[in-house]
Amino acid sequence: MDTRFTRGKSSILERPLTRPKTEVSMSAFALLFSEMVQYCQSRVYSVSELQTRLADMGQSVGASMLDVLVLREKNGKRETKVLNMLLFIKVNVWKSLFGKEADKLEQANDDDKTYYIIEKEPLINAYISVPKENSSLNCAAFTAGIVEAILTHSGFPAKVTAHWHKGTTLMIKFNESVIARDKALDGR
Amino acid sequence: MSRQSNRTTDSKKMNSELFTLTYGALVTQLCKDYENDEEVNKQLDKMGYNIGVRLIEDFLARSSIGRCQDFRETADVIAKVAFKMYLGTTPSVTNWSPAGDEFSLILENNPLVDFVELPDNHSTLIYSNLLCGVLRGALEMVQMAVDVRFAQDTLRGDNVTEIRMKFIKRIEENLPAGDE
Repeated sequence: MDTRFTRGKSSILERPLTRPKTEVSMSAFALLFSEMVQYCQSRVYSVSELQTRLADMGQSVGASMLDVLVLREKNGKRETKVLNMLLFIKVNVWKSLFGKEADKLEQANDDDKTYYIIEKEPLINAYISVPKENSSLNCAAFTAGIVEAILTHSGFPAKVTAHWHKGTTLMIKFNESVIARDKALDGR
Repeated sequence: MSRQSNRTTDSKKMNSELFTLTYGALVTQLCKDYENDEEVNKQLDKMGYNIGVRLIEDFLARSSIGRCQDFRETADVIAKVAFKMYLGTTPSVTNWSPAGDEFSLILENNPLVDFVELPDNHSTLIYSNLLCGVLRGALEMVQMAVDVRFAQDTLRGDNVTEIRMKFIKRIEENLPAGDE
């Protein structure tokens, strides 16, 4: 465990959390991401494995982003209710990562554990000027990983998967326990 | 349609943190996939090279910059135009060799390393090595063979981050006959 920490090599801990917004070019991100996808592709045998790998990478992004966002935008207060948590993702997380709110947040009609975050334009299109003929799920799997990590690390264990439905839909399936707890909180 | 009117400004911008963290996720993954830091450095360089080869086209199209007359001009374009355009930062160009074939880029802030701390067991990891590959690949596409490496890195306790670039040779154009 000690190796996780370094001693005095960098001043990272002394830097303010709120910083002037810095920007990079979308082309830079698009090229980096494309290289990542190719790298993953070279080490897997199937599309689903590829998506798992991308989701894993997304998880590490989400985990790092969560604390920073909560401190910056929520004064360090975490959400405890499912709906607020989902709104936090739709609004705050999306805005800081992609510069805009997610298009839609919906709950499944037939299932109180399932929610959808819907993006009309798949995120991959935001970075690539020509929409791909064969749209693949790659980028969305990465985003699904980000969302899953944010939910899980906030105490809302869930499975997040990406699907093609009304654009790109991230399907969030919460653990039973999360919904049970939410209902118990409501009752009080 | 608006291609002519604002060629230099039409590159879209995004929050650098997603970029930084995505890069971090990639490096983390490489560290898991490969046995040692050397291999990771090599892989990062290779990926950077692939990016550079594609990035140069994007750059030339957006910047409408013509052929550089000499290596000094190349250095200026890299620092003041390319780094600014893609990473939103402008490194300074210093430490010219007397022959004018070698210089250093000093990066005040490297957007790749925001949030990053190197664990002690990765002391030989060159975290931002991707950049070397990018520079090498991009310059190769404009017929310049260049050696690029990190001479100093704040992540490893140095005061500044320094990328050293050395001009090796001009690559002769070997175009197939009949091709322009």
